[in-house]
Amino acid sequence: MAVKGHLLDVDDLRREDLERILETARSFSEVLRRPIKKVPSLRGKTVVNLFYEPSTRTRLSFEVAAKRLSADVLNFTASASSVEKGESLKDTALTLRAMGVDAVIIRHPVAGAPCLLRRWLDVTVINAGDGMHAHPTQALLDLFTMRERLGDMEGATIAYVGDILHSRVARSGMKACRAAGMRVVAVAPPTLMPPAVPDYVEVSHSFDAVIPRCDVIYMLRIQKERQQEARFPSLEEYARLYQLDKERLRKAKPGVVVMHPGPMNRGVEISSEVADAPHAAITAQVSAGVAVRMAVLFLLLGGGEGGGVLA
Amino acid sequence: MASLPDLLIRGARVVDPFRGTDEGMDLLVSRGRVAELGKGIPAEGREVIDAEGMIVAPGFLDIHVHLREPGREDEETLESGLAAALRGGFTAVCCMPNTDPPLDNAALVEEMALKAAKLGLADLFIVGCVTRGRQGRELAEMGLMHLSRARVRAFSDDGDGIEDAGLMRRALEYVSGFGGVIVSHPEDRGLSRGGQVNEGEVSFALGLRGIPALAEEVMVARDLLLAGETGARLHLAHLSTARSLHMVREAKSRGLRVTAEATPHHLVLSERDIRDYDTVYKVNPPLRTPEDVRELRQALTDGTVDAIATDHAPHAPEEKEREFEYAPFGVVGMESAFPVLYTELVERGELPLMRLLDLLTRGPAEVMGLQAPEYGGGIEVGCRADLVLLETGREWVMDAGAFASKGRNCPFHGRKVKGRVAFTLKNGRVAFAAAGRGGEGVG
Repeated sequence: MAVKGHLLDVDDLRREDLERILETARSFSEVLRRPIKKVPSLRGKTVVNLFYEPSTRTRLSFEVAAKRLSADVLNFTASASSVEKGESLKDTALTLRAMGVDAVIIRHPVAGAPCLLRRWLDVTVINAGDGMHAHPTQALLDLFTMRERLGDMEGATIAYVGDILHSRVARSGMKACRAAGMRVVAVAPPTLMPPAVPDYVEVSHSFDAVIPRCDVIYMLRIQKERQQEARFPSLEEYARLYQLDKERLRKAKPGVVVMHPGPMNRGVEISSEVADAPHAAITAQVSAGVAVRMAVLFLLLGGGEGGGVLA
Repeated sequence: MASLPDLLIRGARVVDPFRGTDEGMDLLVSRGRVAELGKGIPAEGREVIDAEGMIVAPGFLDIHVHLREPGREDEETLESGLAAALRGGFTAVCCMPNTDPPLDNAALVEEMALKAAKLGLADLFIVGCVTRGRQGRELAEMGLMHLSRARVRAFSDDGDGIEDAGLMRRALEYVSGFGGVIVSHPEDRGLSRGGQVNEGEVSFALGLRGIPALAEEVMVARDLLLAGETGARLHLAHLSTARSLHMVREAKSRGLRVTAEATPHHLVLSERDIRDYDTVYKVNPPLRTPEDVRELRQALTDGTVDAIATDHAPHAPEEKEREFEYAPFGVVGMESAFPVLYTELVERGELPLMRLLDLLTRGPAEVMGLQAPEYGGGIEVGCRADLVLLETGREWVMDAGAFASKGRNCPFHGRKVKGRVAFTLKNGRVAFAAAGRGGEGVG
């Protein structure tokens, strides 16, 4: 079998690949508005959702995307599989290889698992989120959503706010935003900021100071365990300093776009009013997710003869 | 042994760090000992190794290895580990006590020492636990281990630091009563917990939790203070950061009785070598920055580091061949140490050959307080013929598949090297001969 393209992180994509995914996603988003939302592009292809971490939304999004393209989808989740019996990732990879699937979409709680899978498999590997490392389809759907809202993104400013240190969404997202020509600001208390952020990222510990110049405010989910790790004293204190609420939103530009990868902790990193306000593009992100994942699957699996189109 | 014919090593360059000598001569081995040194020793009736172009040095001493016995004999045994030592040119090693059960009592260390002696491979010196069960709570019976036939003189809870400063202080004080040394594994778990690689650019890019340099440095600082206060012998294992070395240099300049070791992997590799989440690069302490590597090399030259030790840590392939975060820390090191160090340090002109050999022989012996006849003393008439013959100048490829160790987790596998161990002599016998040198493996 010929070596196919993979999507492990945003760095795998050249600028023209990025453009191509976004354009393809746009045409699929039109398909998704039709009464009959299915196209035959990947008929006869088999795609496996290999999920080692619970994630209803990402798994469903990939499943819907693959089915809209007429691919067969198998779901292999940690709770319902041999993972509990302790089968290693390598043995699972060898099993999937022997079954002759066309693509594996992997979600894993630790960094690097997709990279290992690529070493052991000779089929397309798509990273659906690995540990703190990367979440490239989230970054792509975020770009798609921003482009729909903002048009040209060149020179626009985005602030990622919250647990930057542990966030694969921010790691991949910042790279994608940079590739799209945006200015990137990371806002977090020093304890949730990575030890070394790339040069192109501006670091701030004051959300209030950054808000007025943002075109996009990207709120990250905060996990309660971080309090046990002494990253901050209490959720209440965190919310006072870093929650996006109505008061803070008032200081933002009128057309600001508010985003969140979900699932939200309403009342912690984002207030309910803001989550439901017209600024919020959070449900648009979910819709974009299906179109973008269709585009990724279509381009990587070739949609017929000729093999993968991407790098 | 008496039945062995005399062995003449002819035309070698004899480099002896114990005496600081480096000269061309012949060397006659008879009845397990060096019988004659000089030029033009006659060959008749003797086996001859033509050592023209080779270096002869005292057999190396590795003061930091994990032999996994008892408990994980699938990963290494005394037999495979001590054979690996000979293959790497080490005629003696010191094994760490983080086995299962841990080597924390006189009966067990004695049993292990006797078992190793019967194998007739490399000599084994045992490092005993500082605390019972390596639990970090109460002192192990260090005095009894010292008095046992294993004659333990170094103690460590290696693999874990001793968190309780009060306990560390008592351990240092206690062993100073019989001339023991405490080997510190300097790591503050509060700072390192969950970490996988050096904290910094690389940990961020890979999305792995970082182990900050501070995790080591905080403990080095603490242990230096405690050693200063107690006057006890402290040895710091596997130092990896520039600031640790600065502190040790400063402490030595004040006359503190502290010694330090560096591993070949920390001297040769940096965090930038970690590729594709390959767990062969997962070690503790983690591979650090290129600046740290430079400082470590400088510390070899200026004497801040006393010994090179491999921290040989074999692991089962199925444990290493998995997700980075789930794989254990450690690399095997004894069989790649000399070739890699010679190539990266001596061949490139960064370190004189004499100093490299010193760091593999006299330096570690001093750390452990070992003297002839147990180990060391240098090459002289009458000394035990524990020798290594080294070849340089050609190119070889490191092949972990050929190791005598059961471990294959070697980050230098496939690397081109310009030096190798051609022969190892133990008690005058050829205990290892390299491929193309009359053998492969331990004879």
